[in-house]
Amino acid sequence: MVNLQTPPPPTARRIRFRSAPLLYVGLAMFGVLVLVAILAPIFLSDAASTMTGDPNSGPTAAHPMGTDGLGRDMLARTLVATRVTMLAAAATTVLAGVVGIGIGVGVWLSPRRVREFSLRIIEFLVSYPAMLIAIVVAAILGRGIVPAVLAIAVANTAGFARLTANLAAGLASREYVVTARLMGVPTGRIAVRHVLPNMAEPLLILISAAFAGALVELSGLSFIGLGAQSPAFDWGSLLNEGVRKIFTNPVLVVPPAVALVFASLASLFIGDGLAAASNPRSNVSRARLVRDPAIPAIVPAGDPLLVVDGLTVRHSQTGRALVSDVSFTVGRGEVVGIVGESGSGKSVTASVVSKLLAEGLSASVGTLTLAGTDLTTRVSGKDMARRVAMIYQDPGTALNPALTVGSQLSDVLVRVLGHPRRAARRNLIERFRQVLLTDPEGRMRQYPHQLSGGMKQRAMIASAMSTEAQLLVADEPTTALDVTVQREVLALVRRMNAEMGTSVLFISHDLGVVRALCDRVLVMKDGEIVERIDDVGRLTVDDVSHPYTKQLLAATPLIQVPPTTEIPRSVR
Amino acid sequence: MTEPMVGVQDLTVSFGSTRVLHGVSFDVAPGRTVGVVGESGSGKSTLAKVLVGMVPVESGSVEVDTVDVRTLSRNQPSAFAYRRRVQMIPQDPFSSLSPRRTIGQTLAEALDPVRANVRVHRDRIASWLERVGLQADMMARYPHEFSGGQRQRVAIARGFILDPSFVIADEITSALDVSVQAQILEMIAEIKAEMGVTMMFISHNLAVVQRVSDEVIVLYAGEIVEHGPVSQIYADPQHWYTRRLLDADPGAPGFRLDL
Repeated sequence: MVNLQTPPPPTARRIRFRSAPLLYVGLAMFGVLVLVAILAPIFLSDAASTMTGDPNSGPTAAHPMGTDGLGRDMLARTLVATRVTMLAAAATTVLAGVVGIGIGVGVWLSPRRVREFSLRIIEFLVSYPAMLIAIVVAAILGRGIVPAVLAIAVANTAGFARLTANLAAGLASREYVVTARLMGVPTGRIAVRHVLPNMAEPLLILISAAFAGALVELSGLSFIGLGAQSPAFDWGSLLNEGVRKIFTNPVLVVPPAVALVFASLASLFIGDGLAAASNPRSNVSRARLVRDPAIPAIVPAGDPLLVVDGLTVRHSQTGRALVSDVSFTVGRGEVVGIVGESGSGKSVTASVVSKLLAEGLSASVGTLTLAGTDLTTRVSGKDMARRVAMIYQDPGTALNPALTVGSQLSDVLVRVLGHPRRAARRNLIERFRQVLLTDPEGRMRQYPHQLSGGMKQRAMIASAMSTEAQLLVADEPTTALDVTVQREVLALVRRMNAEMGTSVLFISHDLGVVRALCDRVLVMKDGEIVERIDDVGRLTVDDVSHPYTKQLLAATPLIQVPPTTEIPRSVR
Repeated sequence: MTEPMVGVQDLTVSFGSTRVLHGVSFDVAPGRTVGVVGESGSGKSTLAKVLVGMVPVESGSVEVDTVDVRTLSRNQPSAFAYRRRVQMIPQDPFSSLSPRRTIGQTLAEALDPVRANVRVHRDRIASWLERVGLQADMMARYPHEFSGGQRQRVAIARGFILDPSFVIADEITSALDVSVQAQILEMIAEIKAEMGVTMMFISHNLAVVQRVSDEVIVLYAGEIVEHGPVSQIYADPQHWYTRRLLDADPGAPGFRLDL
């Protein structure tokens, strides 16, 4: 069952350029820099190197940013230096990236011992500040732009190597890499075909960050006199000149400082923009649940616990409807099932009832009341907890791995419902006993990883029982469990319904499960209820009317027992 | 009797101090499909990994298509040939296809692991895409353009494209919707009948196993508790665990919701 909660694997994300305005700003700023880097040396070289007879001038009409000690125009020099600075930073990034990624992949390809040893060395290097390593390397290589580029490239290599090795380790366990290995694809080819392309996005983001870093670090080296040597000049050496005269001619530091900030911002914007664009959760609007005034509010006969009338849920950005005009009720003490396949809208419908609509979705509804409370208005946590409890498909992700089971499950009783802590624990232990968890006191002190999937789901049911909520919303609670455990969990839900009178809204893709548990069944397809079955005994191919329900029933595999046996054929 | 396609004798596998498979013995005759059922921790996935040579044999013997899997080690020509004759179709259609490779490139890689040239193998890829119910022109597309069921069809094509002698399907329908599952099971049955391939079908769902298998192995805590023809085991289970499994299936005659 692949449903909406399953996030796509991170590598399958495509960068969506439309959704990242920052990226555009960064790219535009970068474009300006590239233009300056190309044009300035062509048109302004003379102005930048001509010694006018006007040294150390302040801002004048001829020299808006003043002149240096030899009378050269500072603005022209800064603009001309763009090319050298940008090229050096680019060379540094490319060098560090290529060597670092190469080392990272090499480390991943090497035998385990070599790999572990290399990873420790890389981590050791990463822990040193890049600038410190760069100064040491530059001191060994000597002064000049080329040694400075090499020094900073060396300093940044470890970062690339570590990211590459880490990403490769994560990708190596992916099924497509394992399958390629099994098919006999040589390891080197696996690296080039499957591993490197799938780490493009995080690497791209690191590259843009490394470019910004390189810019600052190169200027830093030039500033302390290890980088560009006269007559060559870059922003760092210009800044150095400016700072030396900051008391006599303060305007001189402005052009190189502004240029550096501008260029760093451009590449950081690009990096942030890329990161935001490759993260599907960014730019997602908050969930909205509103009453649709066009639909008159209704009060159905028989005072049902839950009333949903005219529910429509849309994707906020695209306006695509996930659920359209869905109406149903759940009576007191009733078990209602919603069945459907991926994309049918069954889980979305359940999330509206528990006021947990996912981000990026907006819902409108004519009537949505639970035990007389209008859910389209603000409902306090306390009121909500008294009315609804939820159990989910994956009990593993519903529990916080860092807290003991007891403390997190009694939290809702203590914090939201205001029970004394000791009473909450006693209550929960009693519920643990009811769901047949062995050693309930001991389970309270255990962490989620010490419990099996079935035990976790039982603990979740116990928690739902402890709040004595009127409605239990169960979203595929047995899909991740083994069949024998599934049977036990279903039996517990049934017992909770029978003994405590809890109503249940049970979401499932499995008609067999729904038939065994529910009083009434709604069949959903493409966001609409296509059939309502009021008597689950009539949930058979012959009795249902909608072709989709028939198709679903026909597709559900049933164990066939050959007629020659003594086992009675019954309960179909 | 003909030589079995798969012959496992007294197989034992441990991970550290945990024994995962214990004294497992069974044969699969050529052209037969054996279903393996069991719950988490029963050792069914480990058994599959032993058969493809991903997990080493601790003791016992495992022969597939007359090759002893204990002799497989990397970079041997015999291992390379073995990997082409024995295929495994993985469970998760979302992670089994590389997101940055087209469907054509993925299938070409199965045909030629080293060069993986789509143009050379275009006809064979096209015919297999059609055989699994996709269109030939889909070979230029990337996995994210496909639904889960379509991706699983591609993974199935990759498993069969080399005309293997033994194919292991490890829970290949458990991530799919029931109507998609039904189509996939039907398609597998057709391909199997046409090619006469021997298969091992691993699943936790007994009804699914019954649809595709000739015989069934029930694994419990690393041991085979029952092995026999599907009709016999489902009608007259001998072991208590088999009975418990059968009764736990909603829709089975013995299914009951009391504790």
